[in-house]
Amino acid sequence: MTATLTDLGIAFGRVAFVMLFVLNMGGLLTWVERKQSALMQDRIGANRASIFGFRLFGLFHPLADAIKMLTKEDFLPARADRALFTLAPFVSVLFALVAFAAIPFGDVLQVRGREVPLQAVTLNAGILYVFAMLSLGVYGVMMAGWASANNYALLGGQRAAALMISAEVAIGASIMGVAMVYGSLDMMEIIRGQGQPLFGWLTWIPAWGICTQPLAFILFLTAGIAATKRIPFDFPEGESEIIGYFVEYSGMKFGMFMMADFVETVVIAGLTTALFLGGWQIPYLAPDGFRFPWGATVSLARPAVVALGVLAFCLKVVIMCWFLMLIRWTLPRFRYDQAMRLGWLGLFPLSILNVVVTGLILVVWRAP
Amino acid sequence: MRLRQRFYLAEVLVGLGVTATHFFVNLWRHTARHVFGKKTAPGAVTVQYPEERRPYSPRLRSLHRLVRREDGSPRCVACMMCETVCPAHCIYIVAAEHPNPEIEKYPERFDIDLGKCVFCGYCVEACPEDAIRMDTGILEFSSYSRQGMIYTKETLLALEPAGPDGTPRSPIPIPADRTP
Repeated sequence: MTATLTDLGIAFGRVAFVMLFVLNMGGLLTWVERKQSALMQDRIGANRASIFGFRLFGLFHPLADAIKMLTKEDFLPARADRALFTLAPFVSVLFALVAFAAIPFGDVLQVRGREVPLQAVTLNAGILYVFAMLSLGVYGVMMAGWASANNYALLGGQRAAALMISAEVAIGASIMGVAMVYGSLDMMEIIRGQGQPLFGWLTWIPAWGICTQPLAFILFLTAGIAATKRIPFDFPEGESEIIGYFVEYSGMKFGMFMMADFVETVVIAGLTTALFLGGWQIPYLAPDGFRFPWGATVSLARPAVVALGVLAFCLKVVIMCWFLMLIRWTLPRFRYDQAMRLGWLGLFPLSILNVVVTGLILVVWRAP
Repeated sequence: MRLRQRFYLAEVLVGLGVTATHFFVNLWRHTARHVFGKKTAPGAVTVQYPEERRPYSPRLRSLHRLVRREDGSPRCVACMMCETVCPAHCIYIVAAEHPNPEIEKYPERFDIDLGKCVFCGYCVEACPEDAIRMDTGILEFSSYSRQGMIYTKETLLALEPAGPDGTPRSPIPIPADRTP
């Protein structure tokens, strides 16, 4: 009985951590977006929302936004498809949220004699799962465009779908290189592989994906930003000037589309961290403590090492989110045809080339 | 485009460098000023408007006022010049006989509909008696109705010119549709 309860508790804890992490990060990103853009543009940023006179650097603005969107009128266009119209934002946000489940946020933890891998779901084909969930996000967008019974929304949905498909082909192909190098589709195995030192005389550099697959890193990041449909790839819906797939949405349904974009940003940051920045790995941190290449060692207990790993993962995700925001507030928008050319004639062939070259090198490297 | 620019990536990194530099410099300036109390350059060019105000230019055309004589009566002689020149037709004057035979007329009513006014300043230019000026420095007047935007002679007579730095010296008039 207690054994089942422990198992339940562990399962709940794993899922709750991921859910809370992703949702809170998504909410916080609205604040980060305002404040970071303000700092980049010599402004102060939103700081007026207050509770009892406390402004807390504008941290109450996400809260105020939520209240605003929940209390706004939930408008349904007269000729809209009622069921699909209501379903579309849920589909969008669901697949964005669910995609994070396979990303490990820590090493294996020992709880009452059980081995608990710190990820929401243990999957031996985690990469494929994440990839599949990201692809399914297209449906929410298409449904929104179609069900609105608005030609502009339909066109926006088409643009979004075209963009996401062209991005996801590149994402899939660039991930293949990583899977080949570390020889697994299990995210846990890939991260563990990134803890090894790099080959040859470069033993002081960890074999993070960014070192073994630099081209795939750039391709993945570019395609990942495109998959989030944010600037510089925001032609499906440009805040003030391009009518997009959620014109007809108001209130919290609109809020869910906005949230889906932020959650997707977190997912892309998490994926980049897991595949290219070593996930929860800290350089020179072995399972029993730090082992620096110059000989110094610091012994640490197993739970402390795991906790440090979780912290490192969170920190890396935050830094990646910051970087994605930096890109979002720096680059101008691609035109539709430019983005298509970049996706199909730039990212896609290059990622195929990356797979071929990686394969050749691996064959030569591992030849007896 | 040069080859470097065609590849896009290098130029993107340069651009990211510029914005990231701004980010970190401003972050440091905010932290240094507010946490460590150091005197650095401000981290933002923002003027936090209702609390902070930039000084107004003395040439600023703000809310009108009617200039008074020594005895407090309006200097206006109801010649209708301003009403005639006003491109927005926002001035309404009713003239009346002045008790003093030296002065021909005075305005019995002098209403300005600020909902129509375009703040062109022609009324000030046209006035032969220097009886209307737009130097109160008051910009923030609003009301809940169109009626509330109509300012009467008494309100306009009570206003004082702005101080040397453009700060208004008389309080913002409370519109007719709002009870204090």
